[in-house]
Amino acid sequence: MLIECKNVRLAYENHIVADNLSFSVNKGDYLCIIGENGSGKTTLMKALLGLKTVEAGSISHGEGLRQNEIGYLPQQTGIQKDFPASVWEVVLSGRINRLGFKPFYSSKDRKIAEENMARLNITNIKDKCYRELSGGQQQRVLLARALCATQKLLLLDEPVAGLDLLATEEMYHIIYDLNRQNGITVIMITHDVDRAVRDATHILHLHKKDVFFGEKSHYLECDTCRQFNQNEAESGHGCCKKGGCHCNG
Amino acid sequence: MVAVKKEGAIVMGEYFTLIIQIFQLPFMIRALIVGVLISLCASLLGVSLVLKRYSMIGDGLSHVGFGALALAAAFNVTPLYVAIPVVILTAFLLLRVNESGKLKGDAAVAMISASALAIGVLIVSVSETNVDLNSYLFGSIYAISNQDMYLSICLSVAVILLYLVFYNKMFAVVFDENFARATGAKATAYNMVMACLTAVTVVVGMRLVGSLLISSLIIFPALTSMRICKTFKKVIISSSAVGIVCIVVGIISSFLLDVPASACIVLINLTAYIIFTVIGFIKEKYSKEA
Repeated sequence: MLIECKNVRLAYENHIVADNLSFSVNKGDYLCIIGENGSGKTTLMKALLGLKTVEAGSISHGEGLRQNEIGYLPQQTGIQKDFPASVWEVVLSGRINRLGFKPFYSSKDRKIAEENMARLNITNIKDKCYRELSGGQQQRVLLARALCATQKLLLLDEPVAGLDLLATEEMYHIIYDLNRQNGITVIMITHDVDRAVRDATHILHLHKKDVFFGEKSHYLECDTCRQFNQNEAESGHGCCKKGGCHCNG
Repeated sequence: MVAVKKEGAIVMGEYFTLIIQIFQLPFMIRALIVGVLISLCASLLGVSLVLKRYSMIGDGLSHVGFGALALAAAFNVTPLYVAIPVVILTAFLLLRVNESGKLKGDAAVAMISASALAIGVLIVSVSETNVDLNSYLFGSIYAISNQDMYLSICLSVAVILLYLVFYNKMFAVVFDENFARATGAKATAYNMVMACLTAVTVVVGMRLVGSLLISSLIIFPALTSMRICKTFKKVIISSSAVGIVCIVVGIISSFLLDVPASACIVLINLTAYIIFTVIGFIKEKYSKEA
């Protein structure tokens, strides 16, 4: 087990956004976190990254996963939009977690940065200025940076926000390949439920204080889960109770 | 026609001998040495501060520095011994306020700097020390003593070394603090190092350019360079160069024209900014057409 959350309670500005949240992520999983705005998706991701403490419960790392072995693709900030930096500088900065007390990057760091640029097909824009790239290119640069930090686990916070259709499709494709072909575990926040259901292996749906966690197939089968999915208010159907479905139906 | 030419030549010759004389005046040499070192530190730090939207912190710190200098003069203590710790403490405080988000950062800075300035003015007027308010507010190239010069050499060497050691980490933290934190970097510690270095630079530079205009040394070279340069490294190198050139030209021309150095330095920085903006504009247009 790579990450295990037990009875986690999360708060954002003194409001409890999620309570009694339990789930686990195994090696090779592709977990999509879905839910409305304000349902605590980003707060949960910050807690997984150790940027935020949980109010109750625990989050533990397994299989020798260390804090500095997690790759993270945050939502873009205003600061980055007019930042004078080359693609190379940004990608290489993904190796910051390996610097320790060393002041400069080693040739190994540079090699890994180059490999990840090649992997995401951005070697040709290596010397370009980050702020002059298209949205899709910028996201690929940030993904390459995240890959420089990890070989195991990627956390992505709405990686397709603000991208056009073509760039969105391309981004999902890259993430899918990283998961299925390179065996990198992916935890992704998204608004795109259809796409989540298509690519992911597991779904975590936050809805007010109810939570669904389970494999994708159960998310599709389970009545209560489907209500989650369609946001219907009435209930009356029970949970499928199959395969450890964790919905609260 | 010939007469005019000859007159021009005489004027040029006079300026030339004047410039040679400048390098024989001990106070001018001290001012130039301190000026070059301080502007180098200020422009290095300025790039990070401007990009992180912390430009106002430099301004706030200089006002607090003014208050501290006035306090030191009233109690007859060596000014820098009071000003440096006070300003470093204020820098930490401002960072804390900015991170906690309780008080909006810019409002907090404005409040603190106005209060510190007011306290300074009150102390100067109540204590009957013979303090030249003008030289504190606007600096003076005559105010640099040998002790100031040695201190600023030591401090700037420390600032530059620390900056080089932390360069890569500083870049990662400035570009994306969340990412740096998430992958295990101690972003808070680097922010503190940056605030501390800024505080020291501001206090030492205040003697030369004064507390009202010191923040221009921090923000101008960075803003100027960002008009043209497209990588972080180039911005750093270019702003160091711009900072140094502007302060040297500023000090020398202030001496030649017999006007305050600080005002000269700021206006030359403004000129450089305008020139870079125009070049950047032309470059962009040219590259679009090409």
